[in-house]
Amino acid sequence: MMAEICDHIMDIAINSITAVAKKIDIFIVQDKKQDILTVRVVDNGKGMTGEISEKVQDPFFSTKTSRKIGLGIPLFKGTAEHCGGDFYLKSKLGEGTEIFASFALSHPDLPPLGNLKDTILVLIISNPEVNFSFSYIINGKNFTLNTKEIKAQLGDVPISHPEVIKFIGQYLDENL
Amino acid sequence: MAKLTIEDLRKIKEKVHAETSLREGGWRVKVTVHMGTCGIVSGAREVMSALIKEIEEAGVTDVMVSTSGCMGLCSREPLVTVEVMEQEPIKYEYMNPNKMRQVFKRHILQGEVQTPFVLAKGAEIIK
Ligand SMILES: Nc1ncnc2c1ncn2[C@@H]1O[C@H](COP(=O)(O)OP(=O)(O)OP(=O)(O)O)[C@@H](O)[C@H]1O
Ligand code: FES
Ligand SMILES: [Mg+2]
Repeated sequence: MMAEICDHIMDIAINSITAVAKKIDIFIVQDKKQDILTVRVVDNGKGMTGEISEKVQDPFFSTKTSRKIGLGIPLFKGTAEHCGGDFYLKSKLGEGTEIFASFALSHPDLPPLGNLKDTILVLIISNPEVNFSFSYIINGKNFTLNTKEIKAQLGDVPISHPEVIKFIGQYLDENL
Repeated sequence: MAKLTIEDLRKIKEKVHAETSLREGGWRVKVTVHMGTCGIVSGAREVMSALIKEIEEAGVTDVMVSTSGCMGLCSREPLVTVEVMEQEPIKYEYMNPNKMRQVFKRHILQGEVQTPFVLAKGAEIIK
């Protein structure tokens, strides 16, 4: 089991990066009144056929005997279904993949959302060629961050420059 | 003080330009933290966060960080590969934030491989 929902988000985003996505959009909505947490990750990576999309949701699926069984997607789906939510995966070969999971906020086994600041920092600093956008809506309050906008401001200064890391860290502390 | 906005990054850019001449591509060190599912479960994200914090605090501009997926070595995770230019890559096993800080200070900055944590040199597994 993952300790935090953010670990699942990191894991699903790493799948997108492995699928050579150049754009990854992450949407998180937390609403106490409606007792719901939703996570949606959309990428423009290489995608999967319908058949593979079905199979990867099954923890006992493996494409080749030389390859170990994939765990990330079944774990995420399992947490959602166990915690009173839903899960879907939509993918189109050559176009991209969308993964959605929801959870009942009040479910006693729901892991905490976790460290969103570090999750965002790690993803954007260690994958400078990917354009990330994050949208986090908590009880109607909206936070967004788009690395394409950040890179436009920075010009030739890399996003992994220590001054930029420091700035983004402070920015996340102030706004998250 | 007013809240930071993304437009404030322009000042960072000017500051960086005034203080340094940006290097033309080419990194001195590339560090990869392996982030397959079981890497994440065993703490790879905290290891990467510690590394990014070290880079920020030391103010180094020639260390590149990267993530990769599954390595097929679950039982030894978190795994970190350090590639110093023109040297064979060193793979460290069972990493945690403290070991990462030690590898950053001693190996990445000073060039001393931290042998007790090494799993493999180049393609060769030494344990
Ligand atoms: N965003 C994506 N785009 C394209 N293919 C994907 C994507 N996410 C998953 N896949 C495919 O589904 C498979 C299963 O993914 P899953 O995360 O469950 O396991 P894994 O990434 O192979 O291994 P693990 O997550 O256990 O380290 C992947 O190997 C890949 O082939
Ligand atoms: S993530 Fe650990 S071996 Fe694949
Ligand atoms: Mg995965």
